[in-house]
Amino acid sequence: MGYQRYDLAPLTHSIDLFLYNHLPATWAFIAEMTIIGVVFLIFYAVIGLYLVLAERKVCAFMQNRIGPNRVGWFGVIQTIADLFKLLMKELITIRKADKFLFNLAPFIVIIASFLGLAAIPFAMGLHAIDFNIGIFYIMAVSSVGVVGVLLAGWSSNNKYSLIGAMRSGAQIVSYELSVGLSLLVIAIYSGSLQLSTIVESQADAWWIIKGHIPAIIAFIVFITAGTAETNRGPFDLAEAESELTAGFHTEYSGIKFAFFFLAEYMNMFLIASVAATVFWGGWMPLHIPGCEGFNNAMDFIPPICWYFGKTAIVILIMMWFKWTFPRLRIDQLLTLEWKYLLPINLVNIIVVALIVLMGWYIK
Amino acid sequence: MSEEKKVIVELNENPEYIINMGPQHPSTHGVLRFEVSLQGEMVKHLIPHCGYVHRGIEKMCESLTYPQVIHLTDRLDYLSAHMNNEAVSLCVENALEIEVPERVKYIRSILSELNRIASHQLWWSAFGMDLGGLTCFFYGLRDREKILDIFEESFGSRLLHSFIVPGGLMHDIHPNFKKGITDFIKYFRKKLPEYNRFLTGNVIFQARTKGLGILSKEDAINYGITGPSGRASGFSCDIRKVEPYSAYPYVDFKEILYNEGDTFYRYVARMDEMVESMNILEQLIDKMPDGNEYTSKMKPVIKLPEGEYYQRVETARGELGVYIVSDGNKTPYRLKLRTPNFSNLFIMNKLASGYKIADLVAISGSLDLVIPDIDR
Repeated sequence: MGYQRYDLAPLTHSIDLFLYNHLPATWAFIAEMTIIGVVFLIFYAVIGLYLVLAERKVCAFMQNRIGPNRVGWFGVIQTIADLFKLLMKELITIRKADKFLFNLAPFIVIIASFLGLAAIPFAMGLHAIDFNIGIFYIMAVSSVGVVGVLLAGWSSNNKYSLIGAMRSGAQIVSYELSVGLSLLVIAIYSGSLQLSTIVESQADAWWIIKGHIPAIIAFIVFITAGTAETNRGPFDLAEAESELTAGFHTEYSGIKFAFFFLAEYMNMFLIASVAATVFWGGWMPLHIPGCEGFNNAMDFIPPICWYFGKTAIVILIMMWFKWTFPRLRIDQLLTLEWKYLLPINLVNIIVVALIVLMGWYIK
Repeated sequence: MSEEKKVIVELNENPEYIINMGPQHPSTHGVLRFEVSLQGEMVKHLIPHCGYVHRGIEKMCESLTYPQVIHLTDRLDYLSAHMNNEAVSLCVENALEIEVPERVKYIRSILSELNRIASHQLWWSAFGMDLGGLTCFFYGLRDREKILDIFEESFGSRLLHSFIVPGGLMHDIHPNFKKGITDFIKYFRKKLPEYNRFLTGNVIFQARTKGLGILSKEDAINYGITGPSGRASGFSCDIRKVEPYSAYPYVDFKEILYNEGDTFYRYVARMDEMVESMNILEQLIDKMPDGNEYTSKMKPVIKLPEGEYYQRVETARGELGVYIVSDGNKTPYRLKLRTPNFSNLFIMNKLASGYKIADLVAISGSLDLVIPDIDR
């Protein structure tokens, strides 16, 4: 296949070999971990900051505004300036707050969003860990974030924060189900939980095309539930600024607030990445079975561009949600999950099992 | 048992979760404080506390002459400044038995209707924002800007105009005034469907507002809920119809009445009122006499004859009553204002208790409260 010309595995393997040849095994391992950690940190910061900018630009576009355009060309360093502002701000300590939990909460939230990145295949041969339980791992670590949110609300000694945290708890616990079940659809289709295998299985066509109706339903459910899980509008009940001022992070200031803020954007990126990888083929170029010329032309676009392009489109859809819909109420939110999304999902899974058994999907 | 211990025992026996929404809270659009008792997410009951921006306007009026009083009335309901000015001016004119020129009457009504549209636009923006649709805010403000530009051109101010004074107007309107309004109507008729596409037809919006905070007609009358909020419950209280003033007798328009009385219909009533206001504006612009007289002859010092005078007008939020007691001096002996928001506020407990916090925000948004008007 043409896309294999961009395989990054030889490069990563050569780095690996180089380190193990020149260093003792322990040190080589540590050096590798350090390199990956530093790369991810930089990646995290850059993606987080520029998603904030992208959101501001998209929202400005939807609201007849211009958006940030003063600091740098098209405001490209606006968020960096904002980050420095947040770094220099005073960290307000709350009297009677549970100091330990109060300080711990933002770290839990940000670590949870950070861990998920490890299993994402960014391009061919470019991922930190190729788990055989990749999807399961991402779901598991991304739901740890709710612990941070709950702790933040509980320890702030603020009534609004507590209500926000409780809402967030109910919300994430319910929507986690839909996220998992909708991903299960593709797991059944591809017969694997390993993200690299899922991507490879879409070499002829993406699952959203091959898997036709159940895959499309699963994708819609996943996007809805994923948006809810990242606490973004129209499901931003946990922060609902017109009701709860700022919800669970009302009492946070400075860089601790920035942690929550960054984590929200990173979670969005993670959900978008998973959606792009599982449903839209991740880094796999667009292939139409039978059109060799077209497929070859598509293969010339590097996989990393495909990956980021697809992720960007999913992120755009999620931003579109946020800036056009009013917020749901907590009971409506739970009704949507338990009465609509979950039954749809369960039926969908049975249908998929049947389809796979009978081989009715496009091969 | 000492007093302090009693309080603690009472607190324990009454495990309510009390939060103070306001004075500084994004949903109250000002400095209003709701003391809300919650049970989980449910509002058990709420107590509105007003007086946070009390400026003593009524008392201040007692030491000011009538033309000076006008400038304070702007600061009541700052979103319907023209109507407030008009109320005091009409009251003074009635007391003096002065007939203002026809043209002035038309201009006054035009300004009131423009002001009503601008006010409803801002309400629409803020209501959308209360429900979490932040984009509404910019759509509403974009269109409101057009009206404010017309105002700015003619009176040099955008919010607090003090343009309608006893006897007529402060000065003549700008030559572009008429054209500006016709242009605006043409523009806004095209933009209003956008509002409906954005909120009215939205599934989430309808789920959030329909059947919520139902105000019965009896309650509306008992509590004196006027304006679009009252009319959505079927309480026919449009002063423009009941007691026509200025140029309203000359125009043909219908009173927006609904019987449902829930949050959604309070919303719809305002949306319809914007359309109706544009119809009124079109008629007024067509019929407005030409010329340049903008005031009738007034004495340099206005002294009302001894007595009591009452005048009411329809502002964007309901009925504004001005009650002047004069002892024959150049300042009023007593000036009482019956402001619409003050009456509309106290239904909140009845409407919102039993619903969720999010509904409380929606209901208070649908009543369209302007806090300085409550506190005066």
